[in-house]
Amino acid sequence: MISAPDVVAFTREEELEDDLYREPPLPEEYSVPLFPFAGHGANPWAKVAGSKFTRDFILISEFSEQVGPQPLLTIPDDAKVSGTFDLNYFSLRIMSVDYQASFVGHPPGSAYPKLNFVEDSKVVLGDSKEGAFAYVHHLTLYDLEARGFVRPFCMAYISADEHKIMQQFQELSAEFSKASECLKTGNRKAFANELEKKLKDLDYTRTVLHNETEVQKKANDKGYYTTQAIEKANELASVEKSIIEHQDLLRQIRSYPYRKLKESEFHPYEPEGALDRADPGCDQHPAPSGPAEPGEMHLYTHIPSYTPKLIKAKSTKCFDKKLKTLEELCDVYFFTQTLDQLHHIERTFRGDVCYLLTEQISRALLKQQCVTNFLFEDMSFLDEKPPEKQYRGCQGLDQDAMDGKGLEESLAPKVVISLGSYKSSVECVPIKMEQEMEDSEEPKMSESVTSEPQENLDYLDADIKGSISSGESIEVLGTEKSGLTKSESQASLPVMPSPQAGRSKVGSRRTVSEDSIEVLSTCPSESLIPEDFKASYPSAINEEPYADNDDERGLRFAPRLSPGVADEQDDVLKQESLVQVDAACCIGKESPSFLEPLPELEQKPCEEDGVVRIPPQPSRPAEQGLCGGFPSHDGVPGGLLPYELDPRHLSGSREVSKSSLDECSDSTSYISSAASTCSDRTPSPAHRACQAGDRHRKRAGQNALRFIRQYPFAHPAIYSLLSGRTLVVLGEDETMVKKLVTALSIFVPNCGVYAKPVKHWVTSPLHLVDFQKWKLIGLQRTVSPAGVNVLHALSRYSRYLSILDADSKTLRCPLYRGTVVARLADHRTQIKRGTTYYMHVQSILTQLCSKAFLFTFCHHLHLPISEREPQESVASRRMNFLKLQLGLANEDVKIVQYLAELLKLHYIQEPGQGGNPLLRFDYVPSFLYKI
Amino acid sequence: SSVQTIGEEQIQNPYTELLVLKGHQDIVRFLVQIDDCRFASAGDDGIVFLWNAQTGEKLFELHGHTQKITAIAPFSSSDVSEEKIHLIITASADRTVIVWDCISGRQVQKVSCFHSTVKCLTVLQRLDVWLSGGSDLCVWNQKLDLLCKTSHLTDAGISALVELPKNCVAAAVGKELVIFRLSASNSGSEGWNVLEVKRLVDHQDNILSLVSVNDLTFVTGSHVGELIVWDALDWTKQAPECNFWDSSLHPDVQPEIKLSQSPNETSVQHLTSDEECVFAAVGKGIYVYNLQMKRVIACQRTAHDSSVLHIEKLPNRQLISCSEDGSVRIWELREKQQLPAETVPTGFFNMWGFGRANKQANQAAKKMQENTPMYFLELVGDLIGHSSAVQMFLYFGELGLATCSADHLIILWKDGERESSLRSLTLFQKLAQNGDLQLRL
Repeated sequence: MISAPDVVAFTREEELEDDLYREPPLPEEYSVPLFPFAGHGANPWAKVAGSKFTRDFILISEFSEQVGPQPLLTIPDDAKVSGTFDLNYFSLRIMSVDYQASFVGHPPGSAYPKLNFVEDSKVVLGDSKEGAFAYVHHLTLYDLEARGFVRPFCMAYISADEHKIMQQFQELSAEFSKASECLKTGNRKAFANELEKKLKDLDYTRTVLHNETEVQKKANDKGYYTTQAIEKANELASVEKSIIEHQDLLRQIRSYPYRKLKESEFHPYEPEGALDRADPGCDQHPAPSGPAEPGEMHLYTHIPSYTPKLIKAKSTKCFDKKLKTLEELCDVYFFTQTLDQLHHIERTFRGDVCYLLTEQISRALLKQQCVTNFLFEDMSFLDEKPPEKQYRGCQGLDQDAMDGKGLEESLAPKVVISLGSYKSSVECVPIKMEQEMEDSEEPKMSESVTSEPQENLDYLDADIKGSISSGESIEVLGTEKSGLTKSESQASLPVMPSPQAGRSKVGSRRTVSEDSIEVLSTCPSESLIPEDFKASYPSAINEEPYADNDDERGLRFAPRLSPGVADEQDDVLKQESLVQVDAACCIGKESPSFLEPLPELEQKPCEEDGVVRIPPQPSRPAEQGLCGGFPSHDGVPGGLLPYELDPRHLSGSREVSKSSLDECSDSTSYISSAASTCSDRTPSPAHRACQAGDRHRKRAGQNALRFIRQYPFAHPAIYSLLSGRTLVVLGEDETMVKKLVTALSIFVPNCGVYAKPVKHWVTSPLHLVDFQKWKLIGLQRTVSPAGVNVLHALSRYSRYLSILDADSKTLRCPLYRGTVVARLADHRTQIKRGTTYYMHVQSILTQLCSKAFLFTFCHHLHLPISEREPQESVASRRMNFLKLQLGLANEDVKIVQYLAELLKLHYIQEPGQGGNPLLRFDYVPSFLYKI
Repeated sequence: SSVQTIGEEQIQNPYTELLVLKGHQDIVRFLVQIDDCRFASAGDDGIVFLWNAQTGEKLFELHGHTQKITAIAPFSSSDVSEEKIHLIITASADRTVIVWDCISGRQVQKVSCFHSTVKCLTVLQRLDVWLSGGSDLCVWNQKLDLLCKTSHLTDAGISALVELPKNCVAAAVGKELVIFRLSASNSGSEGWNVLEVKRLVDHQDNILSLVSVNDLTFVTGSHVGELIVWDALDWTKQAPECNFWDSSLHPDVQPEIKLSQSPNETSVQHLTSDEECVFAAVGKGIYVYNLQMKRVIACQRTAHDSSVLHIEKLPNRQLISCSEDGSVRIWELREKQQLPAETVPTGFFNMWGFGRANKQANQAAKKMQENTPMYFLELVGDLIGHSSAVQMFLYFGELGLATCSADHLIILWKDGERESSLRSLTLFQKLAQNGDLQLRL
């Protein structure tokens, strides 16, 4: 299955280095390493690998039984994206690493064909020839007309950046699993429909044949059967057999354990009230699923009226028929949903891996700053549900990590990959992952299984084959490890009871691998198949859902128990032994307790003492290989940084993690010199919701940059905004005013968790209430009598306002003599890009926020230390703190005071009530600034 | 003289935070204090709102009147269980009077047997009765039983009532001041009789304001600017009538011109007093009349751009006035010898012409006449928030100041520093309560 070894991918860097050192004609001391791919484009970060495509894309391929591997579609659907990249060749590659156990047809000893509920397999594949690295997600769809009723497909995320694939593996896996689930759900629905149609056809055919036989019987009084009659009888018999087979298939597909998808949008027909419905399918075929999967049943009941056809006994030739397209295989709705999801994936993972990582880190850090982050952050950005595995990167950052739910979640895998050293002879890369805890699903699953009546077992044991990899572990199969037999790996299965035994026990089988396939993994959700669904079929590999696999080939599961849960280890071990017995005996049923999650296991993150991780760097020196060896899997090499910031995590697990580090360190000498080169020319944001926000940021940043260069009085204007004094931008031209408002909006602190207090355009006279609500207002200047009122209101409330006149280019506002704004808005800044400037602003605002945080939450600054202490001394202490400790000068004090007030209000405010917006102001004189 | 103004720099103005209380749909005319931290507001929309003066929280919205409210009075009394109960009585143009319970926010009782609109309400705590004044004077007990009433007085009706010693009440009826006496009736224990004792006809024009200074004195002010100090016991003029348009007070204004003055400019809109002085809102100006010296000791003839509607003396020698021009001003009564020292330095940047010139208060002060009193009123701050006439305000001491206005709003003005430290206190209380102060390990 697997083609020629491809080890070049991992030696490429070395080769490059050789080239570089050979080539320069200059004496070495003057030599500057030339950019080796200058021909490809001016941007040295664009693509180092010399890949033939311009940016990441998603490829869907299938292994067609007629023509072999073929590409079906790419996302984005743009010929330019894939460029000269050979999709056909790559389809062949990715289809050739299908690790799904795709056994089909009649198993020996079984009367009827069995459907395989095949788990998705997840593979990372590198192809140095094409300069492409891919996350490959294999899945199987059912097709009645296909051989063995299955059609193998795969979705691949193709990128030129290997590190992106490796570091974002978890995220990719989660996102692709969603897409796959969606596709498969639709496919099951379509398949069931197809089966029902077929059954109707068969039923009709049988009736017709039966009638014919009867007619013949009557016509025939000779007492013996004609050949014709025998033929008819045979035909009838085969039709009847076919009916039984198809009924069985229908039962199987319906009994497919209904899994609740996390993404509810994939299931608009969610099972409510489904049971109440009269289900014709149920009447026809008694006792299929029962209560286990009402949703599926429900899905399958929408069958349009269908006129049965007569079926020829002979099936059409394999190559005559036209195979169904992917769209036909799934319900259209689900197909569209899948495409949407894939587009979402493409957008999410677009751009440099640095972007993705920093985005994830900053998001996680910001989440932690729940007290201050509302001030300058876009709350929609923070509220957005992070990509599936997000919290894992910085787990424990979550505030709730310590309370119940958080605890359970923090059990979820922390992922450590250690990249082995790649020499010319391929070594294995031990990649460790722990299985995801699917706590939401498991109880449901076990329940559904235990409630299953005994008689259903015969079809419930339809083979659910694990992909032949080890459950959740990402493994690297090296050439020298090829040829492992199944028995070997099975033997290695229960060797060592790992403390994580409760998590994933994986029957793993290595197949011959001579290629550069690095990573295998099964879909986490798929590995939670209850034992009842597992094969009693001898050759089937049991997927033990909750036990770890521990074998010698690069897979290491360091016992990372936190001391606090040590006593629970005994239980776990008991469980483990139970599991082993079950596994060894291959008993079809098992105790329900086995299926229950073991949430007691606490996993402490792997952390190293005092090693401060640095977010991705283009190259790591060899001596840092140790650090580099542990890029935590969801792409936060700096993911450990948060733990070190978080004192909670510094206790307890230190020794353990150290040992795990030691364990792994000998194999971590892999140097990734071109690690973070990116495959994408266009740096782009990581998250869906941020797309719009990012565009806004960019524009706002650019406008702000223009503003501070253009207006010498930008400082007092920004000071007004930061100190909570409403700034009115007055002008005749709406676009100009709006542009200014957009520019200045990045300096406006939020008053609450709601939208920014910015009003882009107002035409009516302002009122006091407006200043409570809005801190930045664009106001129309007109010459009409109404305009006079507008101006009158402005002058009346001038004490609450700063007024920026966009037409005459004047500013009327209080004096500013601080230093913070000067750093924030230096008109001589070298920053050119809007986004860069935006980030600069964010960083300074974050500094301000932290000062405000300190100021707000320092007890003695606001309350007397002793009972008798007068208010005045507290006030002077407060002032001293602001000026000396925080180093704030003059008006900067007011900024921090204002932010502190906002923090207080935010914290005090009860969640339910909105709270009265209050307006704070100062009686300070204003001055008129002119250009 | 022009209106005194104060620049944007107001060091002595403590009100650096405000809360806008929205709820009313028409002019808000009345604010009454219920207890330490609650007040009620009422106005032309006929709705009564109860507010928390600290948080600005709306406690109750009392619906019952169909027309605008004409009078409101708080009525606290002790019931059988010695618990203090807070009631408010409201009278409306729909000729009803409703008693509300401030604790439950419910209507206790409603009286609708009036022939005319009740224009004033007064509570005689001592006797545990309250009086309503319209075209006649009615006396009610706490349970809203009509105890007695006078005969029909005039169509214009009673515009103001004030309690006097010896169970007497002074009622302003047009130009006349009528003294009534309540006496226990012979027949019933609960019965009261009300008798007209005296009619005083010294005012030239309608009496607009009526205030009791102490047990011995009360003061009336009329539409044409007459102020008369009365003896509360024998209802004689304690001091010669003081006319704010006296030529001795305003030598620059000729008597002829006085006649051409719009009466609005001289009407005594509101009176308030402390033990020493009577403070009168006269037209656009404020006058301070010393009872001992029997003369006006300080005045600010154009304190506002428009009529002063309400005036209040604060404990700290400060005076707050509100006006139809939508502003509230804070004044301080200062002795004259401080004047040279009090010259406020002109802002440094004013010389460069930045911003609006700060017209300092001393400009007006310099124009003091030689016979001006030995005190003067210094403007120490103004509150600009309402977009229409400020009808009334309520001073809550530390909690701040509530103002109500024709723009349907009530604004709570607060001391920003105090609020800030209060919030800090709350913050740390909440932190302790949530257990966030402990270091989580």
